[in-house]
Amino acid sequence: MTTSFADVASSNVALRTFLHGLPGVDRVGADQRAAMLGTRSVKTTAKAEAIDLAIRMVDLTTLEGADTPGKVRAMCAKAVHPDPADPAVPKVAAVCVYPDLVAQAVGALAGSGVKVASVATAFPSGRSSLDVKVADTRLAVEAGADEIDMVIDRGAFLSGDYVKVFEEITAIKEACGRAGGAPGKEHGAHLKVILETGELATYDNVRRASWLAMLAGGDFIKTSTGKVQPAATFPVTMVMLEAVRDFLAATGRAVGVKPAGGIRTTKDAIKMLVLVNEVAGDGWLTPDLFRLGASSVLNDLLMQRQKMATGRYAGPDYFTLD
Amino acid sequence: MFEYAPAPESRDVVDIKPSYGLFIGGEFTDGTGTPFKTVNPASEEVLSEVASASADDVDRAVRAAREAFGTWSAMPGSERAKYLFRIARIIQERSRELAVLESLDNGKPIRESRDVDLPLVAAHFFYYAGWADKLSYAGYGPSPRPLGVAGQVIPWNFPLLMLAWKIAPALACGNTVVLKPAETTPLTALLFAEICRQADLPPGVVNIVTGAGETGAALVNHPDVDKVAFTGSTEVGRLIARSVAGTRKKVTLELGGKAANIVFDDAALDQAVEGVVNGIFFNQGHVCCAGSRLLVQESIAEELLEALKRRLATLRLGDPLDKNTDIGAINSAAQLAKIRELSDHGELEGAERWSPACALPERGFWFPPTIFTGVAQSHRIAREEVFGPVLSVLTFRTPAEAVEKANNTPYGLSAGVWTEKGSRILWMADRLRAGVVWANTFNRFDPTSPFGGYKESGYGREGGRHGLEAYLDV
Repeated sequence: MTTSFADVASSNVALRTFLHGLPGVDRVGADQRAAMLGTRSVKTTAKAEAIDLAIRMVDLTTLEGADTPGKVRAMCAKAVHPDPADPAVPKVAAVCVYPDLVAQAVGALAGSGVKVASVATAFPSGRSSLDVKVADTRLAVEAGADEIDMVIDRGAFLSGDYVKVFEEITAIKEACGRAGGAPGKEHGAHLKVILETGELATYDNVRRASWLAMLAGGDFIKTSTGKVQPAATFPVTMVMLEAVRDFLAATGRAVGVKPAGGIRTTKDAIKMLVLVNEVAGDGWLTPDLFRLGASSVLNDLLMQRQKMATGRYAGPDYFTLD
Repeated sequence: MFEYAPAPESRDVVDIKPSYGLFIGGEFTDGTGTPFKTVNPASEEVLSEVASASADDVDRAVRAAREAFGTWSAMPGSERAKYLFRIARIIQERSRELAVLESLDNGKPIRESRDVDLPLVAAHFFYYAGWADKLSYAGYGPSPRPLGVAGQVIPWNFPLLMLAWKIAPALACGNTVVLKPAETTPLTALLFAEICRQADLPPGVVNIVTGAGETGAALVNHPDVDKVAFTGSTEVGRLIARSVAGTRKKVTLELGGKAANIVFDDAALDQAVEGVVNGIFFNQGHVCCAGSRLLVQESIAEELLEALKRRLATLRLGDPLDKNTDIGAINSAAQLAKIRELSDHGELEGAERWSPACALPERGFWFPPTIFTGVAQSHRIAREEVFGPVLSVLTFRTPAEAVEKANNTPYGLSAGVWTEKGSRILWMADRLRAGVVWANTFNRFDPTSPFGGYKESGYGREGGRHGLEAYLDV
């Protein structure tokens, strides 16, 4: 946190005053703007570039009770070679799994450059004690996770206890540190803060939660767990992109954005890139600052990619399921 | 930078004839005036040659309308409604064709003609079709009568939409019309004439006469015209008011504007920026109700301007048929000259001019989105209608000062208020002398909502139930 914002979190009153002093978001206007950007027509060469960029931004995710080491290993193979028939297809950015499966993913992805992200902090509800959340985080970090996707305490946020949310984020950020970690993993894990915007309900809350997460040290802000609807809508992603843009201007620190949940088609993925381009700016058009949390979108991207290259669609059986 | 590849809408969907005649009595006929050419303002390419209606041609058209008036006005409203519904549906069916033609002839981006103009055009016909058999319930007596023949003159900024605003209520009420489109944008009106034939509209109910100012004057001054409706400049509006004074003709005028978009320090900033951009750069600022003056509260002026400039840098100027274009071409060389003259004067008067880095195409008529800061109420760019993509930025300190400055103009067409405080919106709306006050939005149109001006912005209302009054003998 830069000095200008050092006092913001000194008390709940100060934090509340700051967050409620942010300009409001007019829902009608925000929806209209997002819808207009959704009409951008991205075709031919631009579409080809966008598809490859989108693939490189995918956080390939499996977050099911039924996940097994085998399922995770298969997904990791897909992450490194999304299309086994075409080596020109780039790798995805990361895989995202539950903490107990991080070790499997780390093993499967060793040396590939694909990052391992783990959800933590009593995901998806976040309903547990801070001690448990910290322990959950440490478990994932010690198993070698490069990125931690934490959830905020929405109950605390909605009841106005902003300091509690703030302190939890700072505690988890600290738990992401990794003294004496393995080579390449010395710097600790990056922290993505999941706002679960579907439960925050208003765009004003989305903006406030975004700032709260950034002030507390989050490296990324992420829309959703994928377990709550609505998840990554275009207007919500746009409001978060406005927040990171304004935060950079105010503090000099660029925070990433990750829409997650509900992005299933290439069209939607490209619309997200258009939002990034025209709202936050092209500086965010990199996997370091923008991710797509999704699983099924990858195969649609691959299918569209092949269609661009060959001029014809292949059936779903020509793309691997993992 | 994520460059969007060119994504042009195909112009093959529309078939532009090499020449067009006048539409009189349900037939296309030659005009006796000297034909004129209509060009694509984005490329200066000649699109077609169009007949010019002389006073004799106008007389023929008015006679055709008079002849059709008898049966059309006697027809039950439910029957007239069927024609209007049919026209509305054909417009929807042919909307892509109409949108492409509108963008070609006018220079506006296809995104706007496709997503704004055409849906509104169809909506107007649907809306007034619904009134045709309910006029007894409109509040103008048990069976209000139509006026007769309406002479209608429309501008080039929304050629087809202005046609819809004029023709739909006139026909619903049982009038017949002679309409003159602007000389730089006649093509969609002529395609509309084709649609009237496709809908089997009785001959003479709609007549289209193309031509320049003299054609319009002949129409307005024709002794057998019962009603004059005009949308355009205040200057021409004055001439028309003078020429119909002392006659039986009813008249409605929708003229210029110099609207204030007022942004308070508690406004939703990102949406206010969008609203300001949409207010002045929509349709290249060729909008009578454009928010051409930004009144911003001094405490957030710097912040808002910075956000506005950042936003302007992302506007995409270029080929109107490209689906990603935000700013199209200026409609004509004459209009471009006027915008340049007023902008240059703004600099001379000491205002500071700013435009984003923006390459203008070599051919065609283009003007970059432009902001003037440090503008005073006395500057010409704060008083005169530029009718182009030029925004004058002024500041205020208190709500009372905002109202005072907003009202301090000879015009009174529209205003915008941006604040998260509901009570302030109502307080402002009570005091702003403008026909439309938008709150936390701008340039939103709907056929159910009346539209019209105070002061030099004209008189009469178009749209909604109020729009019927102009075409009924009340």
